[in-house]
Amino acid sequence: MNKVRVLVGTRKGAFILRSDGKRAKWTVNGPHFGGWEIYHAKGSPVDPNRLYLSQTSSWFGQIIQRSDDGGRTWFQPGTPPVEPTTTPEGMPKGESNKFVYDISPATGKPLTTHQWYDGTPHPWEFKRVWHLEPSLTDADTVYAGVEDAALFRTTDGGKTWHELAGLRGHESGPKWMPGAGGMGLHTILLDEKHRDRIYIAISAAGVFRTDDAGKSWRPANRGLVSQFMPDPKAEVGHCVHRIAMHRSRPDVLFMQKHWDVMRSDDGGGSWREVSGNLPSDFGFVIDVHAHEPETIYVVPIKSDSEHYPPDGKLRVYRSRTGGNDWEALTKGLPQRDCYVDILRDAMAVDSLDRCGVYFGTTGGQVYASADAGDSWAPIVRDLPAVLSVEVQILK
Amino acid sequence: MIRVVLPYHLRTLAKVDGEVQLDLKGPVTPRAILDALEARYPMLSGTIRDHVTKQRRPFLRYFACGEDLSFESQDAHLPDKVASGEEPFLIVGAISGG
Repeated sequence: MNKVRVLVGTRKGAFILRSDGKRAKWTVNGPHFGGWEIYHAKGSPVDPNRLYLSQTSSWFGQIIQRSDDGGRTWFQPGTPPVEPTTTPEGMPKGESNKFVYDISPATGKPLTTHQWYDGTPHPWEFKRVWHLEPSLTDADTVYAGVEDAALFRTTDGGKTWHELAGLRGHESGPKWMPGAGGMGLHTILLDEKHRDRIYIAISAAGVFRTDDAGKSWRPANRGLVSQFMPDPKAEVGHCVHRIAMHRSRPDVLFMQKHWDVMRSDDGGGSWREVSGNLPSDFGFVIDVHAHEPETIYVVPIKSDSEHYPPDGKLRVYRSRTGGNDWEALTKGLPQRDCYVDILRDAMAVDSLDRCGVYFGTTGGQVYASADAGDSWAPIVRDLPAVLSVEVQILK
Repeated sequence: MIRVVLPYHLRTLAKVDGEVQLDLKGPVTPRAILDALEARYPMLSGTIRDHVTKQRRPFLRYFACGEDLSFESQDAHLPDKVASGEEPFLIVGAISGG
């Protein structure tokens, strides 16, 4: 019998939700790291019991946690409990929390500036890890998307992190500007077919793609139109909220932009709008059905000034045609007086048959559907505001 | 013996209860205390001051003997009562919640 594990990051700790393959009865375990913001937690596809977690605080900075037993115990990989906590020279080994922009002559880029909200130059400052993306092939390799926008990688199980500086060093870097939530690198998509290809997305710079494992990058925003920009079709500056792909078809990408739901059929070379009949094309999450590459999910939000569902009705929208033609999924979801938001990392799908779909809200609910979205039920209702949701199937 | 009082979340992170006690050789300064603290508890590296610049994180302050020492030099000698262990060195987080 399969088991299902859902990793939930919230404003005040991490929670682990467990069920069997029926996905009807759940246990709730947590909070882990109570009182800390857990931006994201995700398991390795190679070793599902290897979990990585971003624990962060405006007071105390960034902590990386790792579990090797599916979340029962945790440790900071730079300071494993069974090893000495200092080097022979007496230097502390708390390296796993250290994210330092690479400005070395050999591999780094000059530490210049990016644009601040008012258009003035602003120095790059590391604030937190928004997203952790474990490698598809190696449990010790993980990518980290951080604020201020940069991509880091560990190849030693999280003990040390090194910037892939070619991204921030792209010629457009000095023009990047934060969205209202900060200049975060929030999406990392690894391509199973082209192992050196990675897509990332930044608010508010847009999508970038590498084909040489992170050495060089190019913008992938052609076709995006953002009316708030002086040049609405500029190469960079778009507030991309999330991109998603189906593993079997990595050249097809779906995007929830600040406004507009978009689609690319050529690996981000060009985009076209597929918002169709959505009640609002503003939103944060987007995801793809595990077995149907043309079935996608979004949760429309009323507007960028009103971060809650239109008409107080929480509706997931599903398209079985890769966009444009959308149906509202409402069974089991509140259809009155609902004013929660669903943040960009807070939706996930599982690989069971039928496909499970999960999302968390800023009101602390985690909803699950065991029938590809036809019906929904809350797994848990009263968590702190949910920042991220990931799901694992354990054979 | 130097006594250091940490905020709740850092006590949890370092897995300590109550005050931390440190032996220092040489002058008792904020830098010396923090160096010794991070050497004993590496998981606190970066949580009180930046990993690289060693600047105090903005939501934290240092106090001792009723004085705010946050803006003193990191190499300033701390009061004798801190050096003797009569008074603790306090690392205090900004109040949140109201």
